Formats: sequence, C-alpha cells, structure tokens
Amino acid sequence: MGLEQFKNRNIGTQTYRMLDLGQTPTRGSDKFKQVVKRTFKGELFVGLWVTLRAMINSLFRGELHTVKYPLEKLPISPRYRAIHDMLRLLESGHYRCIGCGLCEKICIANCISMNTRYDENQRKEVSEYTINFGRCIFCGYCAEVCPELAIVHGSRYENASEQRASFSLFEDMLTPIDKLSLQEEYDGFGAVTPYADDHIKKTPLAY
Amino acid sequence: MEATTLGIVIKAIIILAVISAVAGFGTYLERKVLAFMQRRLGPMHVGPYGLMQILADGIKLFTKEDIIPQNANKLIFALAPAITAATAFIALSAVPVFPDFTIPSWIPLLGGTFVPSVAADINIGILFVLGMMAAGLYGPLLAGMAQANKWGIIGAARTAIQFLSYEVVTGLSILAPIMIVGSLSLVDFNNYSSEHAWLMFTQPVAFVLFLIGGFAETNRTPFDLLEHEAEVVSGYATEYSGMRWGMFFIGEYANMITVSVLTAVVFMGGYNDMWFLPGWLAILLKIAFVFFLMLWVRASWPHVRPDQLMWLCWKVLMPIAVINVVITGIVIMV
Repeated sequence: MGLEQFKNRNIGTQTYRMLDLGQTPTRGSDKFKQVVKRTFKGELFVGLWVTLRAMINSLFRGELHTVKYPLEKLPISPRYRAIHDMLRLLESGHYRCIGCGLCEKICIANCISMNTRYDENQRKEVSEYTINFGRCIFCGYCAEVCPELAIVHGSRYENASEQRASFSLFEDMLTPIDKLSLQEEYDGFGAVTPYADDHIKKTPLAY
Repeated sequence: MEATTLGIVIKAIIILAVISAVAGFGTYLERKVLAFMQRRLGPMHVGPYGLMQILADGIKLFTKEDIIPQNANKLIFALAPAITAATAFIALSAVPVFPDFTIPSWIPLLGGTFVPSVAADINIGILFVLGMMAAGLYGPLLAGMAQANKWGIIGAARTAIQFLSYEVVTGLSILAPIMIVGSLSLVDFNNYSSEHAWLMFTQPVAFVLFLIGGFAETNRTPFDLLEHEAEVVSGYATEYSGMRWGMFFIGEYANMITVSVLTAVVFMGGYNDMWFLPGWLAILLKIAFVFFLMLWVRASWPHVRPDQLMWLCWKVLMPIAVINVVITGIVIMV
C-alpha cells in the first residue's frame, strides 16, 4: 500500500458518484408497491452474498485487515510527528545542532529548554538540552524552524515508559554514533522539498 | 423399546452437558464467523486460534463482582436470569436432538439402557417447546423492569413489543405443517419426513415465516431490539454483570440451538439417514447450518426499529401465515 492515496487531499478528484435513491413514496399504494418490489428484488440475498464472499476471501485467500499490532506494524507517514530525533552531520559525526535556540523560542508549549556555551574553539556547544514530553504537543514548529535540520520528528510513537526522562535528554534523541550510517534524512515538516533545486532563483541584487 | 427412567435421566444429563458446552462454543463460533465476514481475525491469543477464549471468558464471568443496583427489586433482579436459562433448557427437553440409541452392554452399571431421542416425548411437543421459549421472555421483561434503570425499562418495553409481534407469526406459521403431519409430537414430524419430501419444499412459506419468527424469538440481529447497544446501551441487561449476565447469554445461545433443532426437525427432514450420511451426522449438519445462518444474517443485515417489527409481524407476516393455513387446509380437504 503506497502513501499516494493518503496524500491526495483534493476532494472531488476521487471517483465518487451520487446514488439514485428515487422518490420516497407518500401514498399507501406506492408504499405497498415499494415493499413488494423490495421483498422480491433479492437485495437481502445480495447482502448475504457480500458477507459470504468476504468470509471466503478472508479464510482462503488471506484478505484480512487485522494487524497483529505488537508483532506487526504499519508504515507511518514521513510527515508523522512522533518523538523528536537529533541528527548528526554525516561527514564528521558531530551533532548538527548549532545552539541557535530558535526551537526553544518558537516552542508554544514551552517544553524545550537548552543551555549553550562556547567551547575551546569558540564554537557554540549544547551543554544541556531537554524536551518535556509531558508538555510537548507535537506541533512540529521546532522541526520547521530549525535552520540545520538538526531537530526533526522521528518515528518513535510508542511512548509508554516508566519515566518521562527516558525520552527527553539530548543523548536519548541523538543518533547513536555507531548507527550513523543508518541515519535517514527527515522527509517531513520543515524538510527540503523534493524539487527544491528547481525552485532556486538568483538573488535579485539589481536593486 | 420403552424408555426407562434411567435412560431419560441419562438423556437429560447429555442435553445439559452438551448444550451448555455447545452454547459456550457458540460464542466462539459467532466471534470467529463475524470476524471473518468483516475481514478480521477474531480471538487469536488464548490457545491455538483462540480456542481457549471460552475458558478465559468463563473465568472472567465467574469471578466478576456481582452487583445489584441500590434501587433494584433484588428478588426479581436475581431471579430473572435464572428464568431465561432454565426455560431455555426446559424447552430442549421435548426436542429430539440425537436418534435413539442403546448403551452397549459391556459398559458396567448402565449397559443395555435404552436412551430415547427425546427426554420427554410428550404428545404436544412442539406446543410445549414454543410455549417454554415464549415463557423465557419473562427473563428480559422482569430483568428490565426490576433494575431501576431507564435503559432497562426501554429494553423491557421492547421485549413486550417483540413478544406480542412474533408469537402470532411462529404459532400460525407452524400450524400448516402441523395440519399436514397431523400431530404435535416432534418425533412424528421426524417420521413423516422419512417417508415424504421435506416440509421445507412442500411448505416454503411456512418455512420462511418460521425462520423469521425464530430470529425474533431468539433476539437475533434483524430483531435484536431488546439489547441493541447502539440504541439502548444494553437494554434489559444494562445493570447485569458477572454470572447473572452470563446466564442470559447461555439462555440466548441455548434458545438459538433450540430454534435450529426445531427448524431442522420440522422443516429439514430431522434425524433421518440422508444419502450416505447417518442420521446423527445429518441432523448435526442441519443444526449447524441454521446456526450459521443466524450468524451470517447478523453480519449481513441491519436491524429493524420496534415499530417496523410490529408492522412487519402484524400487517405482513400474520396475513401471509393465515392465507397459508387456509390454502393448506383447502388442499388437504380436496
């Protein structure tokens, strides 16, 4: 199952059609005629056949819609906003966050808090970074505002835990250094669009 | 051979044991069949393919806290589930479930005992069964009125409506087969169809009417007015929990089996040998088919409103049943 059919939000482009239900009878004779017509039309047997066909298909052709959830999982949309991930630079392995603080500023739930300092090379480094997931409303503004694509929304949606702290520290969200090769570029909110190159224009310096 | 007291007691025990077990298994079958018709899997986790789900449900029902609401009429509230369950099993005493058999003589104590097909082969068998099943509706009626709950009251009122509607149809529809066979005993019905064609083919109208009436009698889906969750929470069973609720459930499933057996014996040839099938297997298959039909219909059709049920039973089905009886009478006379 692809994601295309879910991405189509343009109502009216699908192949809907109106049902012709006809007029509701008002006179007694018309009502009687409708009852007789419906009784002998065999619509009830059509209904029986529909369910029997579904049963045969599910029993012998495996056309079942059940997902045995903890054992099987459905793919989620790349735009899904689950627990945040902190990404690393692919070349150096250093975390991408430059400590600009924009995510902390834009957070409407006030759940991001960070401290930064200058390291020995006079480069900003993140000394403390936490997200309070008891407050986070997963609006995605932090991922959208991040200039470095450092904080993004990941795919961890099973956030039952004994402690909130199991999710919220910078190290927990950061891509593990040994899994750097598996790190995927974020496709959703705030990410570069697939055809971004085509839309680049020259900066109008003439004026 | 004459039925002895011992044979009848054995038969009663067999009926009680088999039907309670089958009623429990019926809930599993219903869930599975409905699930497959809705492209789901149904119970899967307790035992292989969820087979032990009945056991889990039983443990849950038995150990659940038994709550009696504060303003309920406690005696009637406690009595009502027993009425449903007991009448369902009493009705089964006059129904032939398996053919006659004699216990082999090598078994100690019981050897050579003749076990009849019917526990009580009374000469008004079919009237007794229908009457007992009708009396079973006192269960929902009293339960709904005793529990001091508005949903229960609505459920009880709907019980009365349903009872008034379908009872006429079942009675009149079965009258034509009774006229043809000339007896009220279910054993005579069975013997009749061993020599003649099935009554299903000679009395198709009565067959359809009896099925419709039977669905209403067992509160199955096109007519499950008294506890339709979407409308009246749980109707007469709203305040019930634990084993009392479980007794309503067992009663309902036993009633489903009774109606299946009645349909199989009266209209579908009973427990006579069929082609290469022995009689006991033939009737089991027929009962299973009618039972499956009930689940199938539940998955397929929406249910009707109370006023539609009354309209259907009084204005459509009753006239058809009367006409059927009159025409059958004329044919028999000529």
